[in-house]
Amino acid sequence: MAKHYRPGRSLVTIALILVGLTIWAFIPGKDHAPKLGLDLRGGTQVILSPKTGDGTAITPEQLTQTVSIIRQRVDGFGVAEAQVTVQGSGSSAKIIVTIPGQTSRTIVDQLKTTAQLNFRPVVAVDYGSPKPTDSPTPTASTSASSAPSGTPSASPAVSASAPPSPTPKPSPSVSVDPALLAPPIQATDLSGNFPDLFAALDCAKSKIADGGVVDDPKKYLISCEKNGSYKYVLAPADLVGTDIQSATAGLPPQGGAGWQVELKMTTEGAKKFATSTQTLSAAKAPQNQFAIVLDGVVVSAPAVNEPILGGSAVITGSFTVDEAKALAQVLKYGALPIGLDVDEVQQISPTLGADQLRAGLIAGGFGLLLVILYLLLYYRALGIVAVFSLMVAAANTYLMFIILGRGIGFTLTLAGIAGAIVAIGITSDSFIIYFERIRDEIREGKRLRTSVDTGWTRARRTILAADFVSILAATVLYFLSVGSVRGFAFTLGLTTLVDVLVAFLFTRAVVTRIANSNWMNSGSAMTGVSPERLGVAKASEVTQ
Amino acid sequence: MAGLGTLGNRLYSGEVSYNIVGRRKLWYSVSAVLLILSIATLGIRGLNLGIEFKGGAEFSVPVATATDASIVQARTAVTSTGNTVSSVTIVGGSTVRVQTAALTSEESNKVSAELAKSFGVSESEVKVQLVGPTWGSEVSKNAARALVVFLVLVALFLAMYFEWPMAIAGLVALGHDVLITVGIYALSGFEVTPASVIGFLTILGYSLYDTVVVFDKVKENTKGITSGSRMTYSEAANLALNQTLVRSINTSTVALLPVLSILVVGVSLLGAGTLNDLALALFVGMLVGTYSSIFVATPILAQIKERQPENIALAKRVTAKRKNSPDAVDNLGAVLVGAPIVHAAGPRQQRVKKPRARRSGK
Repeated sequence: MAKHYRPGRSLVTIALILVGLTIWAFIPGKDHAPKLGLDLRGGTQVILSPKTGDGTAITPEQLTQTVSIIRQRVDGFGVAEAQVTVQGSGSSAKIIVTIPGQTSRTIVDQLKTTAQLNFRPVVAVDYGSPKPTDSPTPTASTSASSAPSGTPSASPAVSASAPPSPTPKPSPSVSVDPALLAPPIQATDLSGNFPDLFAALDCAKSKIADGGVVDDPKKYLISCEKNGSYKYVLAPADLVGTDIQSATAGLPPQGGAGWQVELKMTTEGAKKFATSTQTLSAAKAPQNQFAIVLDGVVVSAPAVNEPILGGSAVITGSFTVDEAKALAQVLKYGALPIGLDVDEVQQISPTLGADQLRAGLIAGGFGLLLVILYLLLYYRALGIVAVFSLMVAAANTYLMFIILGRGIGFTLTLAGIAGAIVAIGITSDSFIIYFERIRDEIREGKRLRTSVDTGWTRARRTILAADFVSILAATVLYFLSVGSVRGFAFTLGLTTLVDVLVAFLFTRAVVTRIANSNWMNSGSAMTGVSPERLGVAKASEVTQ
Repeated sequence: MAGLGTLGNRLYSGEVSYNIVGRRKLWYSVSAVLLILSIATLGIRGLNLGIEFKGGAEFSVPVATATDASIVQARTAVTSTGNTVSSVTIVGGSTVRVQTAALTSEESNKVSAELAKSFGVSESEVKVQLVGPTWGSEVSKNAARALVVFLVLVALFLAMYFEWPMAIAGLVALGHDVLITVGIYALSGFEVTPASVIGFLTILGYSLYDTVVVFDKVKENTKGITSGSRMTYSEAANLALNQTLVRSINTSTVALLPVLSILVVGVSLLGAGTLNDLALALFVGMLVGTYSSIFVATPILAQIKERQPENIALAKRVTAKRKNSPDAVDNLGAVLVGAPIVHAAGPRQQRVKKPRARRSGK
């Protein structure tokens, strides 16, 4: 026990903590309410478990790539607060996708389809958005050259798969039905309105660059580069992602500007790539380019300088390390060898969400009220301290919800609210343990002031031991579970910590303070610590 | 309230004492009957598992007032899509809940569209939940793993903070609580959902929390007891139980009130759902947990401790002393006889001396 316990100091500390949390929680321009989980605001939650086709363990790299592809697709829905999180690792990893507000029935199909990586010869290129200047002659930012191991051979044959370009003009006057510009823009041939669609497409306004579209590799495709700078007409795919064996980012062995990406094809892929590059290298720009298309978006469109027959290629360009690594990742895992099993889908309408939130709040409020009444009836003046302690704990918890919602993306779910309501009981119990100890001391004939101190020393141990078990349970639950169990465990753990804080800094300090007041020592039944009512003769108190 | 307060005083002073530890055979029998019933029901009826564990699809359609006609209507709607209904229930009077076997997302879209059309609500109002067949087993696997890890950690903590006999007694009480709670689920046919599993897991924490508080008092009361000859370990443990009885009642009340409020509010506003599944498990578990921390954990602890040589010796000394000077049999002797014994005398000052002397040593 502290030599000189100073209740004032504790009270100042807890006040500072509360003020600090309040300021932090209410920083202007940020969210000032706890983030609500899907079950409270409506939306779709999908839990996916990644599985390899051959049953081998999923590498962390594959998982990261899967998540980033899913994230890209989710971003494509245009919901600002959509979340993609991973829980667990290895074969028990789960990908949890939460899309608030959206209850479209097609979401799930779009999510679980594996990503598609296609290599499509370029038919035509144009600026992504209409430019006031003259007709563009864009040069692709990257160019492919044969790897040192490659055997270059000049065979300038143009295959039938790359028909003449429709030579589109950047004429913004073309008007087409905007519905036709919804991705993916595909056709079996280049006749019809395809040139018009290409002309009308404005990458800045289109959703194409958001990705998330599954295109048919056997059809022509109009698409945009990821940053929206160029738009392309692309021929059916020559190669698909599974034709690639590996891709690595590295520095050119002879030195030179920037990083490069080395590419290795499978045996099958090498054959296809040879045919394709023979055609491409013979064509004129821009038809000597092939576009690397991931989920309907052009990631890169290098030009082919010579046929590449050996199945290894190098994509050069002035890549930064990050760009090169990102491209290598896309190439390596673009077509995921990973399938996604749908474990659980929950779609909750916003109305039902609001109902659940209301019910949760009413239940919490009602529960709190009952507890307050009970504490007041039983502990009288001490009960008031308990009620204020509960208020301080509630305020702390609420502020933490807001801060954690912003900081680590904590969302309050129905299970979380239930955790908080259950915590009312556990929090109150700390006060009950303390008060019962004080009363025990008084029963032994001690004066209130002394009882408050010795009672605390003994109650403290019990409170800590009991709260420790509670936090232990919450921690184990949090780390070993998925989904709603986690939300519950987190709230339970958080509120238990807040309970310790409040009991140590607030409850004890206030009880110590009021123990000095004349009224509390008056023996009035309303104090809740009346020696008489606790079975001690009034006289014994006086004599001590 | 005042009644409970006064009882608290008398319990504390030992003026009123319920012989809980001494009647352990009675409590063991009660628990044994409950446990056998639980295990038997679990074996025969099994648990009513929610679709989260079986895999399948669930559709909840909000309606103005759900009647038996709505059930038929829902059945017809789903059957018309070529899918089989496994159950239709009315939840909270304003929701029709349809469960089917596992569906593909296409099939589920068709079913939800058909239901929406049939009940005249917009399709986005239909709550849909699809669960893959492996999900439930994974939830259970995770829960089982969490359980084992938690038990090991908690056993270590109890053994370190208290002693091994307390760890064993605490864990026995814990297993008792979970088994009986699950048994009650099997018996009543309440649906087990992931939320109920959360509830069961929380009971673990709560049950131990309650036991820790009681054991802390037992630890305090039995400190240095073997050097004297005033009371046996069982008596000291029983005194601790009585002294913390009011706390146990208050704590349980305060913990149960919010849970009860979830149940009442949840049922009246929402019908079944996460809140209720959780609250129900907690409500049952907390009741059983309070019972076990008083009537199971401490008697088992006393039984284990009474087998230790120093406590056998202590019991012998206490008996010998009481035989020699019958006057020395104070209220604590009453513990051996039966309960409750109400003494006419006021607060016992001689009871006060001992604990204080012990405390000064701390």
